[in-house]
Amino acid sequence: MNFVLLILIYTCLFSFMALGQNVITGYGGMLSLCQAGFYAIGSYSVAILTTKFSFGFWPALLVGVAVAVVVGILIGLPTLRLKGDYLAIATLGLGEIIRNVINNWQSLTNGPMGIQRIPMLSFFGYRINPYLNKAGFLLMLVVILTICALLVLRLSKTRIGRALEAVREDELAALSAGINSTVYKVLAFSIGAALASIGGGFYSVLTLSISPGTYTFMMSVIVLCMVVLGGMGNVLGVFLGALIIQIISYLPELLNLTNLIPPQLKEMLFGIILVVMMIFRPEGILGRSKRHKFERGGV
Amino acid sequence: MVANVICPVRIAALHAPCRQGFFGIMASFFQHFINGITLGGVYALVALGYTMVYGILKFINFAHGDILMWGSYVGLFTYNAIRGSAGPGAFSIFAFFVAMLVSCVFCALLGMSVERVAYKPLRKAERLAPLLSAIGVSYFLSNAAQLLFGTQSRKMDYPFDNSPISFLSVSITPHQLMVLAVSAASMAFLIFFINKTKTGKAIRATSLDQDAAALMGINPDRIISVTFAIGSVFAAIAGMLVSLDIKIYATMGMMLGMKAFVAAVVGGIGDIAGAVLGGIMLGLLETFGIAVLHIPVGYKDSIAFVVLILILIVKPSGILGKNIREKV
Repeated sequence: MNFVLLILIYTCLFSFMALGQNVITGYGGMLSLCQAGFYAIGSYSVAILTTKFSFGFWPALLVGVAVAVVVGILIGLPTLRLKGDYLAIATLGLGEIIRNVINNWQSLTNGPMGIQRIPMLSFFGYRINPYLNKAGFLLMLVVILTICALLVLRLSKTRIGRALEAVREDELAALSAGINSTVYKVLAFSIGAALASIGGGFYSVLTLSISPGTYTFMMSVIVLCMVVLGGMGNVLGVFLGALIIQIISYLPELLNLTNLIPPQLKEMLFGIILVVMMIFRPEGILGRSKRHKFERGGV
Repeated sequence: MVANVICPVRIAALHAPCRQGFFGIMASFFQHFINGITLGGVYALVALGYTMVYGILKFINFAHGDILMWGSYVGLFTYNAIRGSAGPGAFSIFAFFVAMLVSCVFCALLGMSVERVAYKPLRKAERLAPLLSAIGVSYFLSNAAQLLFGTQSRKMDYPFDNSPISFLSVSITPHQLMVLAVSAASMAFLIFFINKTKTGKAIRATSLDQDAAALMGINPDRIISVTFAIGSVFAAIAGMLVSLDIKIYATMGMMLGMKAFVAAVVGGIGDIAGAVLGGIMLGLLETFGIAVLHIPVGYKDSIAFVVLILILIVKPSGILGKNIREKV
């Protein structure tokens, strides 16, 4: 039971990242590969502020979100003018730079050793011990995740959402309709960064000790895989994708077959999922309903 | 003293501080230059694969680095099998080049199969689709290697005695000489192939306009396969060259591949001369950045991406790239 709860908690944490990825890739059509980097920013902001500067968890989380947004804007402004694949590499590079900085800024981040003894969080006066009270932790995550999801859902119906859709479908047409595409792209990128950083902050108070080895490029790929699997641009699909991927991730443990199934096998499966989904059902399990599109030549 | 292509810092650190005066500065300049250009040669070889595929299909073959890694493993096994217990010498050098040949053939086949399975069905799909598919392939290949070959890294022994040759207090290792010679020869061959042969002409035609090329009797599918094969052969050669210096492990291709891609973009993606220029520039920048600008070694891998972001701000099409206005 505890294990199932843990899987659900991780599903929620990844859902924050996937929700952000959904805003960036699903709504904005930009392929970003640095959700893990923003997740790391959230984690480290909470860890550093609570252990070294005796912040409470919630103010620390807010600072983490602010840092992620600022980094997102600073990096987004120059790079978001790039098209799909250039952007993928630039953001991939950004993720690596963030990890590089964390690994090397010894005085602040404690380098490869990571940060231990992160204080537990309290929720309206209740101290939530992630070891003893997993159900409480999960409940809190679900509440916050639902709020975020509703906001994201709402976003798609506002001017911002429509502008993003226009930019995604045809940037030139959107520009000629007077939409400042850069502003909306940077906005989507920062929202995605903020969401990932919220997830990262909660990750810190879940494990109570963090190290840079967690926030690899692979993590960003898995998040991307979730969004693709569930259905790009579909909020429910994001949760479904996150849940499926988490279950696959922990399948050997769930079936008590850890001796038989090596971990690499499931990672290979993620790769196959990406390829197969792209070939046979590029819109994902719960794909966004396609509006009628004119046939366009070439790629 | 062992040279290190990927991390030329060790050599630089040994030489740089004790030099003074004009002659000393010139000598350390040439030392860093040699280290940088060797590193750059490897980046350029890998970058060629990215740039050729991009030239034709307009997408990043994310799995390129992983093809390189597989080539290195296959090369290592072949090399060890042929060489047996022979020490450094003529026979080992022979074994090394046979292994390189085997690795090239393997990578060419792997590259072509990857294209056939994962990219070909997506040629008419949305832009993001092949890219995501390529990420999937890359993830699959690196984890498959980890599963088959284990997580520990392996080392390939030098087929020759690798003690450095000094000339006017600038030293160069035989390995560096080999990297320079092999990469220069490969690039010369590629330029000849692209410009002087019929297949090369067809590749150029396909990358200019696939439909028009098909109307002229060129089979685009075949040309795309050939392009993947050539790109993968270059990855195999680069893999064999670096494997003598760095350890071989399942994710070795990732950082190398990403940097090579940065090199291709910096030079102007789709442009063969640009890939060579970008690769050599990146190698020099990394070497001089650490040795002269004293960038901490830990941040070495960030240099490429900072360069990438800067170049994209200043000239998004790269140094040799042409600025093409987007048309409706």
